[in-house]
Amino acid sequence: MAKSSPTKKAWRSLTWLGVIIVGLIALNGAGVFTGGGSWTPKLALDLEGGTQIILAPKLESGQTVSSEQLNQAVSIIRQRIDSAGVSESEINTQGGQNIVVSIPGTPDDATLNRIESSAKLEFRPVLVASAPTDASVGEDGSTAAPTDGATAPAGDAPASDAPATDAAADPAAETPTVAPTDASDLNNITPALQEQFNTFQCSDIDTSNVAPADQPLITCETDGSVKYILGPVEVSGENISDATNGQVTTQSGATTGEWAVNIVFDGTGTKSFADVTTRLSGLSGAQNQFAIVLDGSVISAPRTLAVITDGKPQITGSFDQETSKALADQLKFGALPISFTVQSQDTISATLGSTQLQSGLIAGLIGLILVVLYSLAQYRLLGLVTVASLVVAGVITYFLITLLSWREGYRLSLAGVAGLIVAIGITADSFIVYFERVRDELRDGRGLVSAVESGWRRAIRTIIASDTVNFLAAAVLFILAVGNVRGFALTLGLTTLVDLLVVALFTHPVLQLLARTKFFGDGHKLSGLDPRALGAVYRGRAQFQPSAEVASRKATSSSKEAAKRQTIAERKAAELVGTGSTKSTDGKDS
Amino acid sequence: MASFNQFGNDLHTGKLSYNIVGRRKIWYSVAAVMILIAILGPVLRGGFTFGIEFTGGSEFVLSEISTEDQGAAATAVTGVVPEAVPKVSVVGSDSIRVQTDQLSDTESREVRAALASAYSVDAAKVTSSFIGPSWGQDITGSAIRALLTFLVLAGAVMALYFRTWKMAAAAMVALLHDLVITAGFYGITGFEITPAAVIGFLTILGYSLYDTVVVFDKIRENTAEDGSESRRTFADSVNLAVNQTLVRSINTSIVAVLPVASILVIGAFVLGAGTLQDISLALLIGMLVGTYSTIFIAAPLYAQLRENEPEIRKRDKKALALKAKAAGTVPAGTDAAHVDVPA
Repeated sequence: MAKSSPTKKAWRSLTWLGVIIVGLIALNGAGVFTGGGSWTPKLALDLEGGTQIILAPKLESGQTVSSEQLNQAVSIIRQRIDSAGVSESEINTQGGQNIVVSIPGTPDDATLNRIESSAKLEFRPVLVASAPTDASVGEDGSTAAPTDGATAPAGDAPASDAPATDAAADPAAETPTVAPTDASDLNNITPALQEQFNTFQCSDIDTSNVAPADQPLITCETDGSVKYILGPVEVSGENISDATNGQVTTQSGATTGEWAVNIVFDGTGTKSFADVTTRLSGLSGAQNQFAIVLDGSVISAPRTLAVITDGKPQITGSFDQETSKALADQLKFGALPISFTVQSQDTISATLGSTQLQSGLIAGLIGLILVVLYSLAQYRLLGLVTVASLVVAGVITYFLITLLSWREGYRLSLAGVAGLIVAIGITADSFIVYFERVRDELRDGRGLVSAVESGWRRAIRTIIASDTVNFLAAAVLFILAVGNVRGFALTLGLTTLVDLLVVALFTHPVLQLLARTKFFGDGHKLSGLDPRALGAVYRGRAQFQPSAEVASRKATSSSKEAAKRQTIAERKAAELVGTGSTKSTDGKDS
Repeated sequence: MASFNQFGNDLHTGKLSYNIVGRRKIWYSVAAVMILIAILGPVLRGGFTFGIEFTGGSEFVLSEISTEDQGAAATAVTGVVPEAVPKVSVVGSDSIRVQTDQLSDTESREVRAALASAYSVDAAKVTSSFIGPSWGQDITGSAIRALLTFLVLAGAVMALYFRTWKMAAAAMVALLHDLVITAGFYGITGFEITPAAVIGFLTILGYSLYDTVVVFDKIRENTAEDGSESRRTFADSVNLAVNQTLVRSINTSIVAVLPVASILVIGAFVLGAGTLQDISLALLIGMLVGTYSTIFIAAPLYAQLRENEPEIRKRDKKALALKAKAAGTVPAGTDAAHVDVPA
């Protein structure tokens, strides 16, 4: 192999590393200038404080909330918050009634809605659609009517032989004279219901009180543009197995720029949905539409153009990226068992003073200095390579964390800081494994340049294998766990990747280059790679097969080096025969 | 440090060798005793002490206060309940929130009075309520599910990488040993288990396996190199690998423990109990035990698991025969003659 090849490779690796670091800094800089980014990572609740939101359940008189419902709500709210990023929020119950959500930073309306909205989703067939009677709610009556010209099928409704007595109270109070055959049957509409619909105003919607699933519902489009009578629930949110958001694409694959929520139903949902679309596609007018009802109001009422049998409908409406993501997350994690309202929202100070962070950082610094001193004592000037590698790893980790806290909402808690300090040790281990391998190769009588290469080949295997285990731990915990554990997993995964990156793109190339300097190549006493101190060429004992590989390389290495090692070998061999120690064969008798 | 270099050299060549694999019965007994202590200790002490993040606790809110000094609240609480670790934060502009472990009614009343006098407000301005755990069953459940998934996957990855499930099994046993002992330490000393401590445990989990993989990789290398002419038995090769990586193990644990120890010292002695102490204590114990168990449990256990494979038995016999022959020709006293040499 050409002598310049490893050198060239080493410089190429270092250049790549430079590109990565500059790229990270540039990306961060872009974040700072476009707003939203920052040069320092955001801190978590324990270090910086945040906002404490107390959620009280919306209860009707006499209704109570069970601790089971409360725990379920806490768990759902936690998943919703987690899905918005790794925020290290703290959620608990208070007084057996309220839920206290503490999140770092100040939440905007979207975040609050994401937390408190109950997200009860239903698919109901449209029976009647018309422009709202209340002009004050529908902003523009002329555009409000659906394209198919909603026809209130008053004539089809059963004759009013059951007088509307208490129309305002409950739409379900009246039983239709002719039992409806299915959810789309207009026999669902009792005269009382019709009466109620005629006087219904979109401002009357009570989002917390959705009609029972087996009863028709009178409601409006969320913006109040259309009012509907809807049939009983055909498919409900519990049958959703997954929900994602994305832009609507045309058949040719071009995006239309409109945001949508894509739903995947489970088995039951898929079957029911196929049944509904089969029936609706055969109907005309308003009855061809089905309404997607969220928390009691219609977010969209598309016409049924085709039978959907794969259980993967798409919901469009007036979504943008953020609202579609919020809805998708709410649907995915399920509806809250009870609705909540924000009772109070206050800023909250850090539970740990700034002194804790300061002490943590000081402790880290002291630890780092100790590590540096130990490395220098153990590896002499080679220890400087360790220190430099740690510094590079530190810089990359810092900027990655800052980037993550900007893009993913990652927050650094005190536990996170401690985790990063601990990572010093795990990162340094890669260097130690590598250096020890190189030393082993030197002991076996290789020249430094080749010892670095073959030591690296062995070390990188070990490093990759062990880092894989660590990374696996991080990935599994990040995907499956919730709450604080996710933040920890992110830190662990990050430091593991950085470790691999630094050892491959910095430590190894630097050592490759150093091996070619006179100071290291000649094995200066202070280099930490002095073959004499390492007892190089140890071939005195037949127990160690002198590998053909080493022997052949010996032949090619310079005669001066070979001669030098020869004498050591002889000396060593003599020494060994003299002592005749074969302790390694001890205790074989088990 | 030349002596340390010499130490490394001798370990590498086999001139100096600690018979770790051969004395496995000693290490197994030590481990058994340690695990017994780690299990019995907490039971005798009355179980683990969990932080309020797990158990819930009492919360006091003082409103209309004039000073926002968080320290005064902490002092007021510890004045009544000395072992409490209160979490104090300022809410809004004129309220202060104090969370502590679940208090009895009497303690609760005393704390209210103490807080009221500390901030010179009327006792009526101090409300108290019970708060639920912020680390609820759902977090624990999901963390355990994640943990089990990880262990299965990690076992599979190791079995694939090392081409033998026996290494994975030995590594898992060592990991279990580490976790039980670290947990036992908390149970025996009565240190509170907080989310920070749990995160410390999780780090140990990764670290322990990581350390085992590094040493096992050297074992894999050594045992793979053994040809039919080798005079080393399988156990010899494993023992040599452990000895050859001993310098690395020592260096790594020192480098890893130094920062952790400095956090622990500063956390515990300068700041008193808190997050830093919780996490670093778990880490310190776990790292030391993790390094120990790789050498003294995982490696001997692996050798033992493999020893009885017919192929390895055959090779071991041959190696012993070769060694015996060599022992006949080599002068200085070796105890190879004690070995039961097959004809």
